[in-house]
Amino acid sequence: MLTYFLRRLVGIVPTVVLVSMFVFALQQMLPGDPALAMAGEERDPESIAYIREKYRLNEPIWVQYGYWIAGVLQGDLGISLRTNIPVTELIAQKLPVTIQLAVMAIVIALLIGIPMGALSAIKRGTPLDWIANVTALSGLSIPNFWLGILLILLVSVHLGWLPASGYESPFVDPAQNLRTMIMPAFVLGTALAATMMRHTRSAMLEVLTSDYVRTARAKGVRERLVIFRHAFRNALIPVVTIGTLQFGELLAGAVLTEQVFTIPGFGKQIVDAVFNRDYAVVQGVVLFSSLAFILLNLLADMAYFVLNPRIRV
Amino acid sequence: MTDLAQRVPTVLGVQIRSRAGRRLLRHRGALFGGSLVAFFVVMALAAPLFATHDPMATDWAAVRKAPSWAHVMGTDEIGRDVYSRFVWGARTSLMAGVVSVVFALAVGVPFGVLAGYVGGWTDVVISRCTEALLSCPFLILAIAFAAFLGPSLTNAMIAIGLSAAPIFVRLARGQTLSVKAEDYVDGARAVGLTHPRIVLRYIVPNIFPPLLVQATLTIATAIIAEASLSFLGLGQQPPDPSWGSMLSIAKNFMTHAPWMSIWPGVGIFLVVFGFNLFGDGLRDALDPRGD
Repeated sequence: MLTYFLRRLVGIVPTVVLVSMFVFALQQMLPGDPALAMAGEERDPESIAYIREKYRLNEPIWVQYGYWIAGVLQGDLGISLRTNIPVTELIAQKLPVTIQLAVMAIVIALLIGIPMGALSAIKRGTPLDWIANVTALSGLSIPNFWLGILLILLVSVHLGWLPASGYESPFVDPAQNLRTMIMPAFVLGTALAATMMRHTRSAMLEVLTSDYVRTARAKGVRERLVIFRHAFRNALIPVVTIGTLQFGELLAGAVLTEQVFTIPGFGKQIVDAVFNRDYAVVQGVVLFSSLAFILLNLLADMAYFVLNPRIRV
Repeated sequence: MTDLAQRVPTVLGVQIRSRAGRRLLRHRGALFGGSLVAFFVVMALAAPLFATHDPMATDWAAVRKAPSWAHVMGTDEIGRDVYSRFVWGARTSLMAGVVSVVFALAVGVPFGVLAGYVGGWTDVVISRCTEALLSCPFLILAIAFAAFLGPSLTNAMIAIGLSAAPIFVRLARGQTLSVKAEDYVDGARAVGLTHPRIVLRYIVPNIFPPLLVQATLTIATAIIAEASLSFLGLGQQPPDPSWGSMLSIAKNFMTHAPWMSIWPGVGIFLVVFGFNLFGDGLRDALDPRGD
């Protein structure tokens, strides 16, 4: 098992290096002189010279990359041009908010997606299966920022049940935190619930037609036991992997959800950085989310390896 | 021998395609999805005929008016007709979806086929780069590209296309690897056909069906991505209409003009739902296990 993990760990090194090169290369896509683009409104020669010096823009590109990656390896993702705060610090400030949102979204998705998928598979071909499938496809087709707007209109504006926007730290006021986060988490979890539902359904269908389930039924095991002890447990293996992989997608989905509900998280940070032309922050967020995605991928692989004894053979 | 090597896959291909076509026509979901898409395509192409007003014309006497006979979907914050902007917005959304996927195919498929067919170091390099690009969440990657390229619809389409290209590289590579191992490709090689001819005549036509399914489903993703970028202000720029930018403005008037928030979202939902249904049906129809 250890050999497998080590091999996977070594295997991600080239990917990480390429991701870093790619994120660095983003800067080269800036139209015209990067120093001018980074300077934004403050185009006085002093600021431009400072940026050119700071990012070593006069040096060849591989030298620039060398300095940049050396900083990244020491946890230095640069300094925000607009706020003068280190990018790492900015990410560390905003990330807990997004992680809370993503965790709540994943819990909601699991609570909706897995029972719906299992039920749909058990009742295959019935109207219930059809309704579940259409609901799942609708969940995948609805843009989450629009769903957010609709929910604000209904729940906040018309019914006045929950606040439309804002954020309160769970350490200051946990109840208010829950009130502000539950609606965005539901919005963010919808598409994931739909994905979970579809995967649970297909995994359950596969397991329900497998030999060991047929044998269990032939032995006279009660249907409820067949479904819960034999089918459901095994069908959950791929779903766990997908859940882990989807966590990375939730970080991306949070960009829009946080924008709609004005939540000061990681997603809103990248949008603000884009409009402030704070390219160091944009690069830092892209690099960080890619690395998080790679790590989650690795964890999903490991979870699959631990949960599924067949691939260990 | 050359004749046989050429005829076998072609005959098989035609049979498979006609069977898939029949299955597609029997698939109710695909038919419904296809009809939804067709409706929006017609509306987008014939936008000047469908629209009742100039989508850019402002009317200060009709600011934020609720739906009425004069304006069936109401008016926006500067008195523009929401219905006419909705119709023209369909054109932007569909164009963005199709153009970015065509761009992704044009970038992704040649690299994927090259990796799968040539193998060796070419495959290693292309696969590693694809993995690196796939490790960044789709929307964050699109936002990053759009941010560095600058906000505009064209750049948003390039950004979405570049972000979606790795999906096609991976798919084309996998399919090429499996088609390359087929007997008819060996046959073509044995009779001395050149590599480019083998690729164009035998590999590309046979990897096409799964690429078509993926392209249909990716159009749905691309339409949502364009709407998302426009919603964030990185796609279609005002005053040109797009469903995403209409929603971006509408969110500031949710309490006073809720109708502004409804229709662009309905449009995105229906067209994406249509593409997803059609894509699912197409996948079922092209699945040989369907026989």
